[in-house]
Amino acid sequence: MAQPETVVAGVDLPFNDAVPGAVIGRDGEALVVARDKLLELARYLRDHEGYDYLSSVTGVDNLTHPKRKDVERFEVVYHLYSTKRGGGPLVLKARAPEDDPEIPSVVSVWPGADFQEREIWDLFGIRFPGHPNLRRILLWEGFHGHPLRKDWKEAYYEEEKKPYKSRHPDGRYDLKAKYPWHEERAVFHDNLVFPEGFDPDQMDIPVVEYRLGQDIYRELEGIKTDRIIVNMGPQHPSTHGVFRMVVALEGETIVGLEPEMGYLHRNHEKIGERNTYLMNIPYTDRLDYICSMSNNLGYVLAVEKLMGGVEVPERAKYLRIIMVELTRIINHMWAIGFLLNDLGAFFTPALYAIEERELILDLFEAASGSRMMCNYMRPGGVVRDVPDGWIEEARKLVHNRLPRAVDELDAYLTKNEILLARTKGVGYLSPEDAIAYSTSGPVLRGSGVPYDIRKVEPYCIYDRFDFDVVVEDGGDVYARYMVRIREMRESLKILRQALRDIPEGPVLPPGKQKYSFRIPPGEAYQRIEAPKGELGFYLVSDGTANPYRYHVRAPSFINLTALGPMCIGYKVADSVAILGSIDIVLGETDR
Amino acid sequence: MAENEHLEVPPELERNVFLTTLDAIYNWSRKSSLWPMMFGLACCAIEMICTAAARYDLARFGMEVMRPSPRQADVMIVSGTVTKKMVPQVVRLYNQMPQPRYVVAMGSCATGGGPFKEGYNVVSGIDKFIPVDVYVPGCPPTPEALLYGMMRLQEKIKRQSIKTVPWYRKEYRDDIPVPVLGPDVLDLRRKEEIKRKSKELAEASVPRYKRILEEMKASS
Repeated sequence: MAQPETVVAGVDLPFNDAVPGAVIGRDGEALVVARDKLLELARYLRDHEGYDYLSSVTGVDNLTHPKRKDVERFEVVYHLYSTKRGGGPLVLKARAPEDDPEIPSVVSVWPGADFQEREIWDLFGIRFPGHPNLRRILLWEGFHGHPLRKDWKEAYYEEEKKPYKSRHPDGRYDLKAKYPWHEERAVFHDNLVFPEGFDPDQMDIPVVEYRLGQDIYRELEGIKTDRIIVNMGPQHPSTHGVFRMVVALEGETIVGLEPEMGYLHRNHEKIGERNTYLMNIPYTDRLDYICSMSNNLGYVLAVEKLMGGVEVPERAKYLRIIMVELTRIINHMWAIGFLLNDLGAFFTPALYAIEERELILDLFEAASGSRMMCNYMRPGGVVRDVPDGWIEEARKLVHNRLPRAVDELDAYLTKNEILLARTKGVGYLSPEDAIAYSTSGPVLRGSGVPYDIRKVEPYCIYDRFDFDVVVEDGGDVYARYMVRIREMRESLKILRQALRDIPEGPVLPPGKQKYSFRIPPGEAYQRIEAPKGELGFYLVSDGTANPYRYHVRAPSFINLTALGPMCIGYKVADSVAILGSIDIVLGETDR
Repeated sequence: MAENEHLEVPPELERNVFLTTLDAIYNWSRKSSLWPMMFGLACCAIEMICTAAARYDLARFGMEVMRPSPRQADVMIVSGTVTKKMVPQVVRLYNQMPQPRYVVAMGSCATGGGPFKEGYNVVSGIDKFIPVDVYVPGCPPTPEALLYGMMRLQEKIKRQSIKTVPWYRKEYRDDIPVPVLGPDVLDLRRKEEIKRKSKELAEASVPRYKRILEEMKASS
């Protein structure tokens, strides 16, 4: 355990004159912070150093890391950014030992940490005293244990890391083995883990309490009104997937809203820790399943950063940008189509949007083999070159068909009086709140904050292209809709330039391609401007061919922190429109 | 349409009078207007929506009416991964569907857990809880594959007969008990078996997790 000191091996530790005793060491590029001074340091950083945007809060369990034997078991990593200055992150780490896993909650400083700290409590078991609502978010109350801990083994557990020798003894799947099917090897012949001596008849199921504002019955000017709690449950035509909102209503006005997620928690991070680095790429397709190419890009850039930088051929760089910008158009078309669906224009605008999407999906199918789950990017480039005639088809779409499609949607919808009446002034989010709640993407830019990661911290070759950051000042649903329409036009600008400048050449670095490669111990956090917001991947490696810790900073998950406050005071029907304007996708929210 | 050998239709009425069986009419009307329940869980839902959209039209099969309410739906297309947190709601919705009802497991996640099979929150296939009529493999199945699956469901309906369909039997009940979320999802039909196995594990000489933990500490 590091002793508090201001000078470590001749290097000065920052912030120690302002908040003495806070920073107690360094770990790579991260600053290790004493957990009792964490809140003070957080307030100082937000108020005086301008770090107002908390991008990501991640938990790590150091139990089996070969290089971290003398470090406390649990640590929480914070990535902070400044919206005014831009640039790279300030990384803080707070550590807690195994017998006292408590770290003060930073929700009072950055409210965007709300759901992320609940997720760390859920999956790691680290407590956050000071958090207003610390209960499980992705799993249910009563679940046995904290699954992302390294000593928690799932039912189908065979070995620590893949490829499993028990499943592939000679490199091939052994169907004649004694137990060829996974179910037969598991204890209950199924994906179930019960505590030992479990008796179903004496099971005790905890009841969940929702914090939904003030008490239920109160008098309103002499009229007794009831506050009803309505459940817009996981199966609902307009919740964009299996998402649940518990809404407290007074008449038709919303007075409290709490989202409930985890109905699609598919254990991406635990499975990711067992997979090799390449095996994870198809799993990233399934995160934000509408925009698979940009998820691939984010992950692959994170792996490249972890490897210490890889030389990517020029053609691959341009192909990546083309695919990602086409994905952005797909996503915004889909989002606008489904926003209109939620408002009641059942399916006609969505059908117009889906038709354009189908044309772009034809391109994706020609390039990668699959419409949706493309699995196209690799660390070092893209997996294969596009076929002949692809660039011509793409140019035809980008120059002729897509601009007309965007203009058509704009002409039909933007001045439509029903859309204006239902979305202007609805779901207001002020710029300060947007930054405090760690929102990103169109939600942040629709509230007047000109923060686009492609300009602030450019990745790939975005600094070579000439495009604008789209900002709207309204802060309401209409502003976010306008941001999406205008962003599609900016994407078309980038596409025109990329398709004009794309060079010939290889798409992967020279040399033999390997299926599994080791990365020396280290960590990396890479974020990209995905169509839905800031998609970040946090990877920790331990020298083997599998990641040690793999965390996805999902934009939909964190944008939902703003859903509750944004909806209060509006009508029930508006909550559907507000949810549609945040544009969530459950694969990403729940991972 | 089958023709009865003993009856003959006079030639001048052949365009207006058809002879057929009750089964044929019953099945034809049911299969031509199957109303799917709008039940998209995950990525397969996007392909299901694309199947219902303009390019791969579901309306030509009579299936464009996608009802969110289970009371008005005929077929539940389980599209996407079924997680343990969601499975009580899936079973509840299945119970609320009126007979005749069908279930199509779309995608590899609904069929058998899919790529996420080893997850701690994933049910290895929806057929562990509700009976499935057609399995459509794929990740996600392309809209053409889903349409083929729906056509196979139509063929299955065509083969049914009023004499043998289960919902016209007396005392026929096929409601599934809704699973309970305790330490892990508990299928109430397997309660006794789980109780017995848990007791065996507790009495085993070295419990499984202790053994694994000791191996980890020894190798690190």
